Amino acid sequence: MSATQNLVRRAEPEPWLEPGHTYASVTDQIASSVLTRPLGIGWLAGFALTFTAVMVLFLAVAYLFVKGTGIWGINIPIGWGFAIVNFVWWIGIGHAGTLISAILYLLNQKWRTSINRFAEAMTLFAVACAGLFPLIHTGRPWMAYYMMPYPSTMGIWPQFRSPLIWDVFAVSTYGTVSLLFWFIGLLPDLATLRDRAKQKWQQVIFGMLSMGWRGSARHWHRYQVAYLLLAGLATPLVLSVHTVVSFDFAVGIVPGWHTTIFPPYFVAGAIYSGFAMVLTLAIPMRAAYGMEGFITRRHLDQMAKVMLATGLIVAYGYFIEFFMAFYSGNKFDVFLANQRLHGPYAPFYFALILCNILTPQLLWFRGVRRNIPALFVISLVINTGMWLERFVIVVISLTRDFMPSAWGRYSATVWDYATFAGTLGLFTMLIFLFVRGLPAIAIAEMRELVHQESHGSEAHS
Amino acid sequence: MSERRSEIFGVMGEFATPEALLAATKKTREAGYKHIEAYSPFPIEGLSDAVGFRGFRSNLVAFLTLVGGLGGGLTGFGLQYWVAAITYPMNIGGRPLNSWPAFIPVTFELTVLGASIFAVVSMLALNKLPQPYHPVFNVERFAQASTDKFFLCIEARDPKFNLVEASKFLQGLDAEHVNEVKDEE
Repeated sequence: MSATQNLVRRAEPEPWLEPGHTYASVTDQIASSVLTRPLGIGWLAGFALTFTAVMVLFLAVAYLFVKGTGIWGINIPIGWGFAIVNFVWWIGIGHAGTLISAILYLLNQKWRTSINRFAEAMTLFAVACAGLFPLIHTGRPWMAYYMMPYPSTMGIWPQFRSPLIWDVFAVSTYGTVSLLFWFIGLLPDLATLRDRAKQKWQQVIFGMLSMGWRGSARHWHRYQVAYLLLAGLATPLVLSVHTVVSFDFAVGIVPGWHTTIFPPYFVAGAIYSGFAMVLTLAIPMRAAYGMEGFITRRHLDQMAKVMLATGLIVAYGYFIEFFMAFYSGNKFDVFLANQRLHGPYAPFYFALILCNILTPQLLWFRGVRRNIPALFVISLVINTGMWLERFVIVVISLTRDFMPSAWGRYSATVWDYATFAGTLGLFTMLIFLFVRGLPAIAIAEMRELVHQESHGSEAHS
Repeated sequence: MSERRSEIFGVMGEFATPEALLAATKKTREAGYKHIEAYSPFPIEGLSDAVGFRGFRSNLVAFLTLVGGLGGGLTGFGLQYWVAAITYPMNIGGRPLNSWPAFIPVTFELTVLGASIFAVVSMLALNKLPQPYHPVFNVERFAQASTDKFFLCIEARDPKFNLVEASKFLQGLDAEHVNEVKDEE
């Protein structure tokens, strides 16, 4: 080896998997947390707490159905309030799951392997929470089927030129495709669980779910074709979903909404908040289930970098909103921009800048990205910040539109908070059930990673 | 109690590594066996080609996905056109009824939906899943096929199949274990 080669030779990258793992050891470790591990006090306490929150959700929704949306803080001119803020926040969180499972798959990023499964689960649960809000916000959710095209005896049809109808199609397609993608990914792992289960009921359940998967070469071939195609289909889909969500705002003429920056900036914000949520979930999970060997510090570092990058795009979006308001010279837009800084909701706006623009700048430092408690706190701050962003967009614009006579104020009621807290509980409860009921890391893909890593090291030596 | 009737489905050899399985599969094909199947706990590059699964047949999932996508897209646009321009026309300030740019989002979503459903359903259907029973599950060691062992099965319907010869052949390929696969009716 010559001296120049030595000079340009870089340090070996850290592995994506703790060294020493074999096909059997990754399988054992991941499968055992479903099949054999007893229920710990921590899990039971967490489940009990989140289950209680779900009961609060049921209570809030039941009371809503009895009394109507008047129990919320919404009133004309603020018709949207918490329901839409929460809808956009939840659906945004879902986007990171699809990004990790589809886009990083197409880009052949090995680090997605340990996190894709539970990120996809997170997507599904977040979409379920998101979908709930527009549904109950209709006031008469038992008539929600009016939004679907069906041959009604009244002869009426949905208005397909409306972004709200696009939203129905975008969100329901997104939910369905996410579920299919998740299930396809699970299929070989369900077969693994079926083969390893010792108890009869486990064998029956996993036997049915795995559909008789045998892992034959023909099975795998078709499986890989289908998985790759789904990844290719989910990639434009995920971009389209938040674009359509942003159209709900951008197609309207309300100041602060009517802007072309919305689609890209919504998509970036969605990925930003989604990665924050992945970190919020991954950090406690890897500690609780001893999965530090699979979800390494390098994984967390990588996710922090994605957050930093998307956070900067979001910051650019905020800047362009201001710039375009003043550059356009439109007095309503200028007024609204000033209202964000000086209006009654200015504290929300400054909190948003603090959470979404200033705090993530810490992620420039490697020391912070590798500091797990710091990363956990930053992820919570960003989650809060992204919620504030949607609050600022929805509420400030609606309280300050064209005519001073149409101005208003909005404050949420206890039922708004109960519903929001209830969906947080629902989401977390589903995550609790998921980590014990299904393999939280894709086992077959981890075996593939073991195979690739062992060959990688052979190639180096 | 009468003995259940059982037939021989094939002979199965077990291998420890993906490389050994791939090499053995290639040699088995070269030896003239046509009806063979390899089983592995994760996808192995080149294995489906080695068992003789190639050509258009192996790309049917992709073709059906295209069909599903086109079907979904055409249905989506057709439905919107029919609703907005034919069965429920609304004159809004004299704007065109076939306002196609506004129909693109739903058309796109239904394209993706159709393609995704076709991809998944055709993958399952062509793999003949769900299929709770298959003779290979009768081999006790086959439970390891979803963890860390690699299997090659020469099936009895192969014209060249002979139980003794096929077993010897697999042993000759350094299979760790060779088992008969029984098909119990």
